[in-house]
Amino acid sequence: MEQFAQIQVSHLFFLAFASLAVVAAFNVILQRNPIYSAIGLIVVMCSLAGLFLTLSAEFIAAIQIIVYAGAIMVLFVFVIMLLNIREEDAKADRQKYLKFLAVPLFLALIGVVMAALKTIGNPAASSNVPGTVENVAEGMFTNYLLPFEATSVLILMAIVGSMFLARRESAEDTNEIETALNAANQPTAVEESSEEEVHA
Amino acid sequence: MVPLSWYLALSAVLFTIGVAGVLIQRNAIVLFMCIELMLNSVNLTLVAFSRFLGDVTGQLFVFIVMVVAAAEAAVGLAIIIALFRTRETLNVDEADLLKL
Repeated sequence: MEQFAQIQVSHLFFLAFASLAVVAAFNVILQRNPIYSAIGLIVVMCSLAGLFLTLSAEFIAAIQIIVYAGAIMVLFVFVIMLLNIREEDAKADRQKYLKFLAVPLFLALIGVVMAALKTIGNPAASSNVPGTVENVAEGMFTNYLLPFEATSVLILMAIVGSMFLARRESAEDTNEIETALNAANQPTAVEESSEEEVHA
Repeated sequence: MVPLSWYLALSAVLFTIGVAGVLIQRNAIVLFMCIELMLNSVNLTLVAFSRFLGDVTGQLFVFIVMVVAAAEAAVGLAIIIALFRTRETLNVDEADLLKL
């Protein structure tokens, strides 16, 4: 009887997090203001972190919050605020038919996947290997060391690439940066005046 | 224990919502968010299979997917900033020419 109660509790946890994730996911795609979409995506990520906890993947749940909700979404929100985007007017939408195409395609894809899920049945869970830092790191630094190192190269390429892409090119900006750099190298009296110029 | 198919169904629903978002939205930043949503739903599948097969390798893949997602977000947002500087819009329909 007690085990039955436990099963019910884990089901309730799943249903709560799953419904939260689905509602927030719809919020992501239906909002017109990107900042609300970003908040919806943060909710999706946090509820997925809760689901990872129910799957005993503690390390991945923590990383999900720290990296996804903490770093990637902050980057998104930062860019949204940096660009000061106004809500796009609907007239600019040249491909309205896609919206009407999206709903039947959505339902068709859901139907196909659910039909496929019926055929796989429900395998019993094997023995629980908790996803602690120790267990994950053991695989990461033995069998999968090469992919791990490859991701560090990928990160380096992303850093260099994004700095190259987002840099300013106009001569005015280059001059501004040069005066700021010169001011930093000059004695203090000159520094103050040129700093004011830069701020102005 | 929640059955495996529940997790797979949720993952499929989230992935499909992401695909629908790519079709519905025309804002480049929201398109990126929909791609992140799809990556997240695949992560859920990997973690669920990892739990049900009793092998943490799936969680390792999730870690690598997160790294790739972070790199993709950094480069993609840099491209969006460059696009916004030249065209003053984020509508992907407006950005249909390589030249200005």
